[in-house]
Amino acid sequence: MDQFTALIVAKYNYWIYVTLMMIGFYAMIGKKNLVKKLIGMNIFQTAIILMFVSAGVKQGARIPILDKHHVMEHGVNVAEIVNPLPHVLMLTAIVVSVSVTGVALAILLRIYREYGTLEEDEILEKLEK
Amino acid sequence: MSASNLHVYVMAAPLLTAFFVNLLGRISKVWIAPLTIGSLAFSSFASLIVMGRVIAYGGFSYTVGNWKAPYGIELVVDHLSAVMLVLISLVALTGSISAVKSVFQELPDQEYLFFTLYLILITGLYGLVLTGDAFNLYVLLEITSITTYGLIAMGKGRAPLASFNYIIMGSIGASFYLLGVGYLYLMTGSLNMADIAGMLQTMDGGAAIATSLAFILVGLWVKMAFFPLHGWLPNAYSLAPTGAALVAAPLMTKVTIYLMVRVMFSIYSVDYLFITHPIIQNGIVWVAAVAIICASALALAQRDLKRMLTYIIVAEVGYMVGGIWLVNSTGMTGAVLHIVNDAVMTLCLFLAAAALVYRLGDLNFDNLQGIYRKMPVTMAAFTVGAFAMIGVPPTAGFFSKWYLILGGIEAGQWIYVIALLFSSLINAVLFFRIIEIGYFFKEGEHHGHEKVAEAPLSMQVPLVISAAALIVIGLSTGPLVKTIIKLALPAGF
Repeated sequence: MDQFTALIVAKYNYWIYVTLMMIGFYAMIGKKNLVKKLIGMNIFQTAIILMFVSAGVKQGARIPILDKHHVMEHGVNVAEIVNPLPHVLMLTAIVVSVSVTGVALAILLRIYREYGTLEEDEILEKLEK
Repeated sequence: MSASNLHVYVMAAPLLTAFFVNLLGRISKVWIAPLTIGSLAFSSFASLIVMGRVIAYGGFSYTVGNWKAPYGIELVVDHLSAVMLVLISLVALTGSISAVKSVFQELPDQEYLFFTLYLILITGLYGLVLTGDAFNLYVLLEITSITTYGLIAMGKGRAPLASFNYIIMGSIGASFYLLGVGYLYLMTGSLNMADIAGMLQTMDGGAAIATSLAFILVGLWVKMAFFPLHGWLPNAYSLAPTGAALVAAPLMTKVTIYLMVRVMFSIYSVDYLFITHPIIQNGIVWVAAVAIICASALALAQRDLKRMLTYIIVAEVGYMVGGIWLVNSTGMTGAVLHIVNDAVMTLCLFLAAAALVYRLGDLNFDNLQGIYRKMPVTMAAFTVGAFAMIGVPPTAGFFSKWYLILGGIEAGQWIYVIALLFSSLINAVLFFRIIEIGYFFKEGEHHGHEKVAEAPLSMQVPLVISAAALIVIGLSTGPLVKTIIKLALPAGF
């Protein structure tokens, strides 16, 4: 048990991302309401974004803005600065996830206008008629 | 504009034209067709030159903005991506000529929106085959997907619902891919494919690297509609506007299969433990065999031509995934050749379907009675496409299937060989049923069929070209394999 707790505490950021991801996954697969599915999708994507960002963290490190002259004289100590690349990648991933959400919301609007509801089973019922 | 960066223009032309189509198309409809077809013709021409250069001098890479790899973003052109570049260009060009007619009929006053998305989709596909950066690949994958969501949602009736399902499934796929790339990045600290491949050669990544490959594969399988994950495809492609299905059906799945090849053999390598592991390899070939059989059986249950074709696409994805996972030279040759052949076959059948939809409106089998007499050219080309799908020599479909079967025998994967033969039989049943209905049945009395004429010339020409291409590719398979496909196989084959 102690080992298990140690395992969770040592890599707690990964456990959090997996938990969040499963919550999102459940909402996408299990929920009947289309908006809830979409929110599940957002949680799912956010979990992955958090995974990337948490991987870039270094204890006691500064933001990666350097003084040119200082660097030229003393070089860079990588332990002192945070790697900005994961954060930059996630900016792009956020843009992607926002665009997907935007398209999905526009489509939901069309579905609502056509069927008057966003519950999956009610829509299927209307389709069968 | 020099020859060394011509492939960038291949990608840039449809992207820039997309904005002009949106702007000028609002003002007047006459701009839309010449701009779209013109830019794709330019891309086709340029990609043929790029292909010539690759054959003459070998592959090359291009650093965007002169930021050196592995820090900058690289565009890589080798034999395989040159083949894909030409394939995408020619299929998109041929498809767009027919799409113009069909979109002007189906989506009046929305043509400029349709073709803006259409051109961005093609830009994304070009990007996917050119990029040498694993994270860029994710972004481009999402560009193609988002534009496809939009295009599908433009369809009538249940199309928005099908599109929403596709969004949920597609996002799961893309997120899994991103997660896999994340694991790779955490282990290697790089995103450049060649750079990662170099590091994986020497390091022992253990479980984390294997997990990353598993995540990437599952992500791509969702996107390519590999059998148990195919749920979104039939609805999405059969309810989409015909013009969108024309380009999405032949290209999207095939490009994703190309991506699987790229990831498996350009990032990981042929002798990577996870790929050579017999249980995993056999398991995936078995799933592919089940995919082929189930999708063929499902196709048999359809009563609508377009829906039937979508299930055939799912079966064909099984062919190629199985062929790649045989992991031998013959199977790989078959798979790469089948990517090319299947794109052209699917294009031919969907062009025929588009011509039929243009005249009939609805492709229920009852509607097709006596259609051979009304639309002889369309149906003749359809028959060629159908023969290629079945695998009748000398059409292209026969030769790639032949390589796949030989590869299966070589690897001793009998279940896969049986699945291929079974699926050919089913395809024969599927298409001869349509030929029977169209040729021998008297026309139904419930439809105003006497008015049905042959499709307009701008839909016939691309259709006949694609049907002729099937026979030409089939007859020139030998030299094609020797000069291009053999060189396009990933390292290690």
